[in-house]
Amino acid sequence: MTHCCDEFARSALLHRAAAQAGQGLPSIEPGMPLPAGTGLDRQTFLLRAAGVAFSVYGATKLPLAAFEEGIAGAAVGPRSRVLVSVFLAGGADSISVLYPAADPTYQKLRPTLAIPESAGPPFTESPVLRWHPAATSLAALHAEGKVATLPAVGYTKANQSHFTSRHYYEVGATDARLRTGWLGRYLDVVGTPDNPLQGLSIGGALSPPLAAAKVPVAALSGADSYTFSAPGVSGDMSSRLLETLGALGAPTTADPALASARRVVSQAHALRGQLVPFAARGAITSPVGYPVSRDALPSRLAGLAAMLGAGLPIRAVSLNAFGQYDTHNDQPEALAAGLQLTSDSLLAFQRDLEARGLADRVVTLVWSDVWSEFGRRAKENASRGTDHGAAGIGFVIGSRVRGQVIGGYPSLIDLDENGNFKPTADFRGLYGALLEQWLDIDAGAVIPDAASFPRPQLVR
Amino acid sequence: MFAMKTLLPVYQGPFGRAQAERLLWRAGFGPAKGEADALAAKGLQAAVRTLTRPPSVDTFAGPDPKDSRGHPLAPADASGHDHGWWLDKMVRTNRPLVERMTLVWHDWFATSNVGVAQQRLMIDQNELLRRFSLGSFKGLIFAITQDPAMLVWLSGYKNEQRAPNENYARELMELFTLGASRGYTELDVREQSRALTGFRADFRRGLGWTNFRYEPTKHDSGAKRIFGKSGRFEWKDACRLCIEHPLHPSFFVTKLWSYFVPSPPDAATQKALERLYVGERYRVHAMLEAIFRHPAFYEGPSMVKQPIVHTAGMLRAIGQGVPRGDTWAGRDTLSGQRLFYPPDVAGWDDQRWLDTATFRGRWSTVSAVIQPFAIDARTAVDQLYDPKALVTRALAFWGSPSLSNETIEALRGFAARGLADAKDSTKKRLNSIYAENGLRQLIAVSPDYLTA
Repeated sequence: MTHCCDEFARSALLHRAAAQAGQGLPSIEPGMPLPAGTGLDRQTFLLRAAGVAFSVYGATKLPLAAFEEGIAGAAVGPRSRVLVSVFLAGGADSISVLYPAADPTYQKLRPTLAIPESAGPPFTESPVLRWHPAATSLAALHAEGKVATLPAVGYTKANQSHFTSRHYYEVGATDARLRTGWLGRYLDVVGTPDNPLQGLSIGGALSPPLAAAKVPVAALSGADSYTFSAPGVSGDMSSRLLETLGALGAPTTADPALASARRVVSQAHALRGQLVPFAARGAITSPVGYPVSRDALPSRLAGLAAMLGAGLPIRAVSLNAFGQYDTHNDQPEALAAGLQLTSDSLLAFQRDLEARGLADRVVTLVWSDVWSEFGRRAKENASRGTDHGAAGIGFVIGSRVRGQVIGGYPSLIDLDENGNFKPTADFRGLYGALLEQWLDIDAGAVIPDAASFPRPQLVR
Repeated sequence: MFAMKTLLPVYQGPFGRAQAERLLWRAGFGPAKGEADALAAKGLQAAVRTLTRPPSVDTFAGPDPKDSRGHPLAPADASGHDHGWWLDKMVRTNRPLVERMTLVWHDWFATSNVGVAQQRLMIDQNELLRRFSLGSFKGLIFAITQDPAMLVWLSGYKNEQRAPNENYARELMELFTLGASRGYTELDVREQSRALTGFRADFRRGLGWTNFRYEPTKHDSGAKRIFGKSGRFEWKDACRLCIEHPLHPSFFVTKLWSYFVPSPPDAATQKALERLYVGERYRVHAMLEAIFRHPAFYEGPSMVKQPIVHTAGMLRAIGQGVPRGDTWAGRDTLSGQRLFYPPDVAGWDDQRWLDTATFRGRWSTVSAVIQPFAIDARTAVDQLYDPKALVTRALAFWGSPSLSNETIEALRGFAARGLADAKDSTKKRLNSIYAENGLRQLIAVSPDYLTA
């Protein structure tokens, strides 16, 4: 139906407009020449991080403060493990992503939406399930044992509001008042006060799961565009301008909004220092091919892999998948478009990590609103869509992931009193497992009442 | 027009330039040059009424908006023109509170053109919100429920007897009138959806959604049970039941207040505003006056300016309209607020305006605002070599906004170091020019200027 395709076209256009607006801005400050060896690679950066960089940069007019910060920030400590969180906005429909092809109940629940029995690639763990035809890339990774699937993750007494339930998943508890994200609290335990890159939102804004109470985190549109210049300012005054940004952010105040503005100005100053090596356009090169798309997802994942490859001190990352999964209407087109680009991009990202030798350090959590916010109702509506339901689907991807189903497939017959699937795994148990088995800290330090949620075995 | 007698406290402290600036930034889009002093001279009561009892007709100061090629800016004809068109109203209007309340309703009933995909419908909705800017919220609820852009956005036109679509009913209660999980059940969502059935529209290729109408045959005329009441409710009842719900006034007051004051009202103020709201038959005018006179408005902490308010305020301070009106949408998108494209139906998150990515967007916007006025080193005369004087003149460029001492010190330090870096008179002149340009940039991205 054209309506839904129009939406995606508009959305893509909007994203492109934003990207072009960014490109229209000068990427290099006046007075700052391109560093020698533009197109920086990991070795160049690691050389700098080891201290040799002084000699490389010493011949340029880079501001000394930014230079020191860039190295200091990136070079701290041993390389930690990384958790990448990919969010499918809107509540993806779990039984369309992984569908019980031959189950007559499925046909009955979804008289118009049911996917033909042989259309999708087989799910290697179970003869009765198949992947959505647009999710072949996920199927390929799963066949390699690198995908743990949670077909019905949720919590009992699901709140079907978009925003409360999504909030629960973001904060890692069924607590509407909690103001820190679960990954933010993880960073509060392990992070440092001078490294905003430890929690990185890639996209327009700070991602709620990363909201921390004690340590800074960062949001970024792209690693190669974080520069500051001003009209009618050049020469050494450009460096003075940047250093003043730090001075403007430094004073303390009791006023919360002013304090937050100063904090962000400080963080922008620090982040700009850390990203100096990426300040030149074209600095990112990928060892593998990514899908070509107007949407930013493939290039964001490629940029992330490059940043991790360069040794930037990143611990938790959040970004949005492509697509709109709140499919009240015209679900087949919307879901296929979203799943296709998202799963192809995730496959490219995994291959990139493998090529860069990073695959043992990175695990990707894909949470669809499907499972993250809530799922979608079992029975389709009259608009070729599905309304909000309870349990949804989630994935954990990585070379170190134990690639097995967690929780089991939900019953299509034994629904809750609202006609929704009953969850077979709890999101807090999933978070607990990631924290303990992957990030190596006690879940009790991050997830309220963590001990009451059984943790599945996720990591091998 | 006059507010009934209430127990609402009135701010008794000094009403000077700083208070007038806060009033203008929160109830409008900041002061035009000289406006803060003029307002301060009037005193609190008259200053508030200047905003809340504006002229009945809009007059726009300065040049009409043009696109980058010099053509007049039509709001519905191209992407970004919608944003520039409304930004221009914010910048040039003589009724800033009307535009500010239109922005409040745009956030409250957050409809995005990502879902509507028809700029004309978005502009029509914007005019509707403007008509109700200082009027009745009850009237607004009835109007927005039938609004074509809203019918498309929340699937209202697809909600029919055969299979109700719950999208609008849920948000009507959760986001528009009652608040999440306040005074309604999942059953109420389903029954409200039935009451709201009957709206239809047609999709025509090349034209989009059109022929919006109410079709009684698509309406579920059966008995419903909503909030414990039974009846053959239809869409007007659905709206009325929400407005008359005992938990609506408290939701409304808390939410409206939050747009203007960062900390919640004390219990007595909350109660008094609820009584005022119901007593005024759901009209907002008297409530706005009460909030703008309230001690908490002036004595409490500051608020982060929304990106569009920051942008409009800078252009308003310069007073030369909105140059290149089609170019602001992209930059404001990077700052986190593209008009007509809120992130979702819950609107923008007022707690998260600033982060490192949106800060860079604001930096770029400031650069775009000052770029046409940048002092050119080839032609500049009358350069200053005293850091204090440089800062004062750069502040005057923005209408001399009040900034904290810490910020003033940081700005003077920037100018002083720049001048000290220069070893000869040629370089000194150059650095003085760069410093003044740089100061204009730094003032408008300073944490003080980002808050009010």
